[in-house]
Amino acid sequence: MKSDNSDDREVPHTTGSATRRELVKMLPIAFAAGLFVPSWRKKLFAVGLEWSDRVAQATFRPQQLAPVFADSELLPLDRFPYNYYLVADPEIDLEGWYLEVSGAVTRPGRYRVADFARLPKVVQNTRLVCVEGWEAIGNFGGAHLADFLDFVGADPEAGFVEVDCADDYYQSIDMASARHQQSLLCYEMYGRALDRGHGAPLRLALPTKLGYKQAKFLTRLKVSRVLGARRGLWEDQGYDWHGGL
Amino acid sequence: MKRPAAKEFHREQTLVDRRGERWRAIFEHPAPVRLAHWAIALAVPVLALSGLQIFRAFPSFGTKIPQEDLLNLPLWAGLGGWLGGALQWHFTFMWLFFAAALAYASYQIATGNWRQVIVSRRDLAGILPMVRHYLGGAGKPDYAGAYNPLQKLAYTTTLGAGALAGLSGLALWKPVQLGWLVAVLGGFQMVRIWHFLAMCGLLAFVPGHLFMVALAGWNNFRSMWTGFKLDEVEPRDDAGAPVD
Repeated sequence: MKSDNSDDREVPHTTGSATRRELVKMLPIAFAAGLFVPSWRKKLFAVGLEWSDRVAQATFRPQQLAPVFADSELLPLDRFPYNYYLVADPEIDLEGWYLEVSGAVTRPGRYRVADFARLPKVVQNTRLVCVEGWEAIGNFGGAHLADFLDFVGADPEAGFVEVDCADDYYQSIDMASARHQQSLLCYEMYGRALDRGHGAPLRLALPTKLGYKQAKFLTRLKVSRVLGARRGLWEDQGYDWHGGL
Repeated sequence: MKRPAAKEFHREQTLVDRRGERWRAIFEHPAPVRLAHWAIALAVPVLALSGLQIFRAFPSFGTKIPQEDLLNLPLWAGLGGWLGGALQWHFTFMWLFFAAALAYASYQIATGNWRQVIVSRRDLAGILPMVRHYLGGAGKPDYAGAYNPLQKLAYTTTLGAGALAGLSGLALWKPVQLGWLVAVLGGFQMVRIWHFLAMCGLLAFVPGHLFMVALAGWNNFRSMWTGFKLDEVEPRDDAGAPVD
């Protein structure tokens, strides 16, 4: 009995060879079993996160703005979460504070609160999105990070900005996101000097990044051509590095 | 009704085992469909469990202050141990999910085989009789095509839930770059709700699917692994009549 769409032949195979092929087709199970080997899993995750970061980097559009909001949509300042790592207040001496700038810049050195106030001031209502899943719309004031990078003569070829914080937190971000027009070195919230819980005297406010990229209590800023081994406190434990929205 | 694409399906081949008995191998599932099926069968449980672990970091769809937790998830409902560990699973297996989903969708569209799976207006009348067959023991209604109307409805809603899971997941991952998608889905917290509901939709399919697979037996299951069913062919004489 033959039909048009059958390739019936006399004795093309035996069920023995068919069964062997069935066994070969079970090989993908070995891949799934490999997930139970911690070292293999680690390598697989490294590939997954690397790929995620590459896609994030490639699809980041510098001209794409994060949404901005009306004053009526602002969360009251007292309901804006303090999210902190070890300590809510690292007890910075605000009078003696400075930001130590180093790396691929023509004007390294110590910059004080007054130096940031001299740069053009920006105030914007933007949303902070936490990796945990909550969001908070706040009012942030400060200087464009891009203006400050120009002010200290950051190497235009350098790809990264790394920061250290008074609470031992540390972070690094890509230069495209750092130079985004909504990325701020923030020293004010809701028209008042940044309070200690929100990162006084200086924090990053990056509406195109997740909250964990927006380091508070900044003490050091380094412009780098090559990203160091310390990529970020959470990133070094498993979060993805790009963290872009 | 014959379509050119149907050629891929139900290709038949006769096999002979060591005792000389003849078997008919009926090819049902082309390789791209099988690969996508098993990749997604691995990805969805991983994504669901790691997703629940991520949800545990903020188990609410409301504000952070005050925070009202919706669920107190049991410990087994998670993967990765903590938020960062779960993100690693999620950000790795989402690529397997996307790759398989795209491969499946493009293959089904290119071959026209999607018509066998997606429920059409003509199938609607056949759905209730199938339900009566399964629940009430009524006779199995006739249907044309590879799958019955109720099956097609289940596959269609599940594929829809999968598409929603993928789209809402992209919107959650890149809510600024994909601001338009966030707007379409109703805002950032709504995107989280859609993503959660899409997961519920995908998981709702699983028990019924596994039950029907168990009911259909080994040959049907083998077919999703290897592509073909193997049926013993009754010996026939030259005139085509069964031989004792």
